[in-house]
Amino acid sequence: MTAAADTPGGVDLVGVTKRFVTPTGGVMTAIRDINLSVAPGEFCAIVGPTGCGKSTTLTLAAGLERPTAGTVTVSGKPVDGITKGASFVFQADALMPWKPVIDNVALGPMFRGMPHAESRARAMEWLQTVGLTGFENHYPHQLSGGMRKRVSLAAALINAPSILLMDEPFSALDVQTRAIMSNELLNLWERQRPSVMFVTHDLEEAIGLADKVVVITAGPGTVKAVFDIDLPRPRGAVQDIRFEKRFLELYQQIWGALREEVEQAYARAADATRNQGNTA
Amino acid sequence: MTAEIAQPQAQREAPTQTPAGASEQALAAQAHARVLRHKRLVLLGQIGIAAFILGGWQIGAMTGVIDPFFFGSPVGIVIRLWDWGLNGTAYGSFWLQIWVTLEEALLGFLVGVSSGIVLGVLLGEIPYLAEVIGPYIKIVNALPRIVLGSIFVMWLGLGLPSKVVLAAVLVFFVVFFNAFQGVRSVDRNLVSNARILGASRLQVVRHVVVPSAMTWIIASLHVALGFSIIGAIVGEFLGSQRGLGLVIATAQNTFDANGVFGAMLVIGALALSAEALMAMVERRLLAWQPPSNTDQNIQGL
Ligand SMILES: Nc1ncnc2c1ncn2[C@@H]1O[C@H](COP(=O)(O)OP(=O)(O)OP(=O)(O)O)[C@@H](O)[C@H]1O
Ligand SMILES: [Mg+2]
Repeated sequence: MTAAADTPGGVDLVGVTKRFVTPTGGVMTAIRDINLSVAPGEFCAIVGPTGCGKSTTLTLAAGLERPTAGTVTVSGKPVDGITKGASFVFQADALMPWKPVIDNVALGPMFRGMPHAESRARAMEWLQTVGLTGFENHYPHQLSGGMRKRVSLAAALINAPSILLMDEPFSALDVQTRAIMSNELLNLWERQRPSVMFVTHDLEEAIGLADKVVVITAGPGTVKAVFDIDLPRPRGAVQDIRFEKRFLELYQQIWGALREEVEQAYARAADATRNQGNTA
Repeated sequence: MTAEIAQPQAQREAPTQTPAGASEQALAAQAHARVLRHKRLVLLGQIGIAAFILGGWQIGAMTGVIDPFFFGSPVGIVIRLWDWGLNGTAYGSFWLQIWVTLEEALLGFLVGVSSGIVLGVLLGEIPYLAEVIGPYIKIVNALPRIVLGSIFVMWLGLGLPSKVVLAAVLVFFVVFFNAFQGVRSVDRNLVSNARILGASRLQVVRHVVVPSAMTWIIASLHVALGFSIIGAIVGEFLGSQRGLGLVIATAQNTFDANGVFGAMLVIGALALSAEALMAMVERRLLAWQPPSNTDQNIQGL
């Protein structure tokens, strides 16, 4: 259960811009000139106001989309096609509702041509790791939200990714479950040590988990500031460390940077609504 | 066609007045009894309506209020069916006619469903194909397809192939449009996830696209089943040497109202049993869905 040997991990985005063609035929810049690098084995959290291009950045790293300008490099290789050695945990469940839990977890090995029995055995191990032994034959809709997230994690980690992309993975969970899941994520990350890009709106979660927090500006997003989180590891639960002095300092600093962007994004959205109201 | 009116779901929950001191078991038994009583009442009502209509029809026919020459009578229908069962028709045993129609409908169903799924998935997956072929499919779909039956009979003769093709064409369009729509509405997240996990294009189709479109496809199968039977019978009507369509056509030409109704009754019974079979298959295929979704039975005929 170590990171895939053939790909050391690490993500580099250099001067990356992504534009989309909107349904009305216009062009919309989602991110502009992003420079960001995540070292092998580093846990990087990404925060920013809504619509600033965080998800877009992850899809570029995953190779699901191509940048309009700039280069995306993962494990030292430029990304063309789906990134090798990457796993993605989506905000919404991306489990196949027609497959029982065990088959959902076994998808990765199965797609890569591992024999059926072997991939199921691997999936069983992973279900045990995330504490879902006994649920292997349940369908996703028969699980709670937290359990489904565990299945998603197991399905992502069974491929031993060298980079793990997570897009607000725990945002749909209640606070307690989220705390538990964050802890488990750290434990799992320690075992495999993939590079992580973790998008979140929760600053405490970002500081509690990451080595480094990247603040993105209001859209079109670019990197506003990068904060190194020098809290010692292993950290334990966010609940336990969030009142420590250093944690609070970091929180103040990062919130200071983030706040302006959030306010600006909010003002813009309010403007847009007002304009629409006027023209209507 | 005999489309059964959806039976109202029996009340699941009994009113929750709790008589003081009553045990849970007594309450459950009470609720159970109430549900049973409700079911019995519904059944009684349904039988009542059938008895009223059939009885009225029979009495009307006997007293001359309804002209039995044009409208037949329930007893007459039973006698006609009995006669067919025992002595057969002018072109072989009655069972053979049923079998011939079933065979045509079944083959047409299989051909139509498989081609509909294959083409629907192909066009749904490859936008270029959809853009090129799409308009042609719309044109053919706009043709009055029953009339195609005449052409098929001309081309393929009076035997089985012309009916199979007509049934298949009717089935094809229903299944095709649903399969296409199903493929188009696949959750993009699921596809992205599968691709990142290492799935090839074919694996995505097999493990994500098709299962996800299955809900849509299965919904179309009910209608398709009815269409396959209609296709077979209309085909026989237009020209054949065997089959229930021919039985009806012959009965019509000899002003045998009882014969027409009798054959209709048999076709209705066939359609209903096929429908029941379909519901079973559907339940198997969609076992992964939360039960509330598979409960409702869409009536297709
Ligand atoms: N496929 C697309 N076509 C057109 N525009 C897109 C597309 N994907 C994203 N966008 C636009 O790019 C911008 C950034 O989107 P993105 O989803 O990356 O934001 P985000 O930072 O993840 O927001 P949130 O925090 O709300 O998830 C948005 O304004 C969005 O409308
Ligand atoms: Mg997002």
